[in-house]
Amino acid sequence: MADGHNEALGGMIEHEWAGGKSPFAVGSKKLGMWLFIISDALTFSAMLMAYTYMRMANPWPTPFPMYPAVIFSTAMTIVLLGSSLTMVMAVAAAHRGDRAAAVKWIIATMIGGLGFIGLHGYEWMHLIEEGLRPWALPDPVAHPEYAGKSVLFGATFFGITGLHMTHVAIGVIYLGIIATGFGRGKFSGEDVEVSGLYWHFVDLVWMFVFPMIYLMSVKYN
Amino acid sequence: MSEHSSAHPTTKLFVTVWIGLVVLTFLEVWLAYIHLNLTLMLVLLIGLSAVKAAMIMSYFMHLRYERLTLSLWLVPALVMCICLMAIFFPDAARALNLRG
Repeated sequence: MADGHNEALGGMIEHEWAGGKSPFAVGSKKLGMWLFIISDALTFSAMLMAYTYMRMANPWPTPFPMYPAVIFSTAMTIVLLGSSLTMVMAVAAAHRGDRAAAVKWIIATMIGGLGFIGLHGYEWMHLIEEGLRPWALPDPVAHPEYAGKSVLFGATFFGITGLHMTHVAIGVIYLGIIATGFGRGKFSGEDVEVSGLYWHFVDLVWMFVFPMIYLMSVKYN
Repeated sequence: MSEHSSAHPTTKLFVTVWIGLVVLTFLEVWLAYIHLNLTLMLVLLIGLSAVKAAMIMSYFMHLRYERLTLSLWLVPALVMCICLMAIFFPDAARALNLRG
């Protein structure tokens, strides 16, 4: 009885994986992107886990006032979320076969991504001018909110937001290639969908980075 | 659970999900504004972020319309990460107290 059951199960598995069939009913490109996303998610998880541990275990600076820093980073979040919505529209247009509309929506997504990088870069410059470095805090006399606090703040801030910004920058380049190729008929709707998966993932990571980094370090008067 | 990824949700649904994400973002900012204690804040923020991540994965990344096996294959690692994070919190608090 047990043997018969195993045989039947083995036969099913063999049949399912024997080739010519996609086990999860998705194409190999999409499956590949999902695998990449999960491994990349674990990289970010490791960094965020290390960050939350250090955040709680050390005297942590809280240098971000509600205005302008938190409002500014909220605007960045909305820009990135908005670019996810335009990406959804691009994928829908690509599946309809409307190449012109899909390319326009992808370009709108890229503009959102570039806007995010611009705003984030502006914020980085501001913090660097104050004297924040991955290995040093600003002068505690000029900036008393950093006095006696852990130097790990700069390392985690630049490390995590830097890795995320790299992902956004790569995403903009990736979308540029997809838009060009799809516009010329070289790529299929699935290629657009797969690039959309990547873009949404970058947005998803920010949904953790924004509260963990910014909202956990708000300066109260 | 649809067998094929050709079952597409409507634009209206996408916009609704997007508005939901924006509302949750403002809720998080409001939580920061009212100044909760650190541990409560961390737990609430991770919880809300997990909800937002689920919304993005289900609708924007289409996972809800794929086979269930794909979700079962992908999601456990992420749930494990959040659980591990929670397990480490008491030790982080202990390390802070060691400073005296």
